Amino acid sequence: MAEPHQSEEEASHPYSNRWQRLYHWFDRRTGIGSLLHEALDEPIPGGARWAYVFGSVLLFLFISQTITGIFLALYYVPSADRAHTTVAYIVKEVTGGSFLRSLHAYGSSAMVIVLLLHLTQTYLYGAYKGRRELLWISGCVLLGLMLAMAFTGYLLPWDQKAYFATTVGTNMASDVPLIGGWLKRFMRGGNEMGTLTVSRFFVAHVFLIPAVLIAFIATHVYLFRKAGAAGPPSEDPVKPRLPTQRFYPRQVVIDTIVALLLILILGALAHFSPTELGPKADPADTQFVPRPEWYYLPIFQWLKYWRGPFAIIGIIVIPTITAGLLVLVPFIDRRLERRPWRRPIAVGIFLLILAGFIGMGLMSVRDDQRDPSIAKQVAKQREETEQFMREPFEPEPALSTLAAANVALADPLAAAGKKVYESESCDACHGENGIGTNAGPKLAGATAQKPADELSKLLRHPTPKMLAGEMKPVDVSDEDLKALVAYIKNLK
Amino acid sequence: MSEAGDAPTISREEDSVSRRSFLGVLLGFGTVVMGAALAVPLIRFALHPLLTKTTEIGWSDVGKIDEFASLTAPTKRLIKVEQRDAWRKIISEKAIYVLPPKSGTLRILSPICPHLGCSIPWNETKQEFICPCHVAVFAKDGALISGPARRSMDELNSKVEDGMLKVRYQYFRQLIPQKEALS
Repeated sequence: MAEPHQSEEEASHPYSNRWQRLYHWFDRRTGIGSLLHEALDEPIPGGARWAYVFGSVLLFLFISQTITGIFLALYYVPSADRAHTTVAYIVKEVTGGSFLRSLHAYGSSAMVIVLLLHLTQTYLYGAYKGRRELLWISGCVLLGLMLAMAFTGYLLPWDQKAYFATTVGTNMASDVPLIGGWLKRFMRGGNEMGTLTVSRFFVAHVFLIPAVLIAFIATHVYLFRKAGAAGPPSEDPVKPRLPTQRFYPRQVVIDTIVALLLILILGALAHFSPTELGPKADPADTQFVPRPEWYYLPIFQWLKYWRGPFAIIGIIVIPTITAGLLVLVPFIDRRLERRPWRRPIAVGIFLLILAGFIGMGLMSVRDDQRDPSIAKQVAKQREETEQFMREPFEPEPALSTLAAANVALADPLAAAGKKVYESESCDACHGENGIGTNAGPKLAGATAQKPADELSKLLRHPTPKMLAGEMKPVDVSDEDLKALVAYIKNLK
Repeated sequence: MSEAGDAPTISREEDSVSRRSFLGVLLGFGTVVMGAALAVPLIRFALHPLLTKTTEIGWSDVGKIDEFASLTAPTKRLIKVEQRDAWRKIISEKAIYVLPPKSGTLRILSPICPHLGCSIPWNETKQEFICPCHVAVFAKDGALISGPARRSMDELNSKVEDGMLKVRYQYFRQLIPQKEALS
């Protein structure tokens, strides 16, 4: 069957099965065999465990976020006057739009949860020990990048919640010493929140941060493979002694099961309890009580305790120290002991901070429930959101329609002229609002800027060139002609 | 992993090639099924403009049918046409002719000449539509009588809902003998 020049190669690998022959043909040209070996035969000291699923699940969630995000961009327009309309269009009109947006929104929450679990597991198992400092630090960078993704993505729907939460979030940046004010203006693209803020957050959320994320995910996975899987806490972090098991098949199966379960949960949530969209952002609303997404509530609550001149300690100094400590953990905790019960101080501090975070979040919820005026306002906002979701989608008047409406408002004569323009079917050739078509030239612009006398003359007595192009003398009353000229002069 | 390579391996299922490939097929199959299930909403989302109309001209109100019951000659009306373009709407005014009712039904004509697109006025004295551009002449019901046009005036789709006459405005291709709507 094989051609003569291939027969030697094929003969040296006498595979009976044609699939094996095909695989071999492919492998010779791509090296897919060694690639799969590298990817799947990673030895895991002590064998596969359910505790090791978080990294793979995060990767899976990242891919899911990327795909849903790209699809959402099919209909989204990043500008202050379009963002909310297009998101409402996705939610209320586009087939499966509400489901996809919900999958993306719940997916971001799931990433935060799984990332915290991943961090906790790594920390409790002491899996950052034994030449794994860079692996740990790249993980910390990924945590920061992911929180930045959550922060930038939150604004994009441009509803009340998004607008006010981001107003508060960007205001916090102004507490940074020296460059604070500059930083806030840089993030917002000006002093106030506006259309440039949407552009900036969109570019950060869709291009910049994902690019850096991908680079750091690659680094993180590479460093993980270089250091090797750490195994259970009883394992030596540098020289593993436990019998190993390969990544494939057991760990792959476990990871896949968890990923499958997670996507089922997210799918069910997105289907049965879709993410809502509030009314369009109204910067003039002074009553709105902004509350961030749940995973930012602890920080939100924390900031309440720091007022006046000490605010900088709470907003900048303590978080910076905490973040610094987290990043430097492998340099501070240098012993090779990994079992958590033999590391009471390290584990104690970690659990204390974790408990502090959860406690702050719960207190924030409790504070809101206890304050009757806030509880009332929050309930009102809830009702407004539900009301908005019940309303059918309202398309946005196009700019040309608005311009025409504005002309009518500004000048009654021009408005009368618009009626003449349309009843004489001038638009059949010159197009809607004089934008021009194949059959007739554009009127807005150069033509509209001609003096009124000249326009009247041309309309009554078209030039030979105009006549050749099927433009006929306009046969209307002098009054209507005057109105028509006024309308044409208003075309922009 | 050179260090790990020195360690003994747990030799339960790895060495069984048939079990590994069986699991491989199972995983591959599972992944394909899952991927396909996830792809369905994505594809439907992307194909939305093909599954439903995202650009269309809606029905415009012309007036109460009572107003047209006693018409004796074609009457010009301006209607507001709302054109949807996904999340945008474009509103414009257009002229149309409502014809006198014939056995109870109202017909609506586009005033645009099927020859070259000029606006055709109703000539009250001659009781005919006469195009000012190239003198195409049409009867009271829009039928072609003479002139360069290759077909009669174009009728627009209309309907009556709750006593309100409604029309769907459209443009038609010019210079051809049959009526063909432009999208």
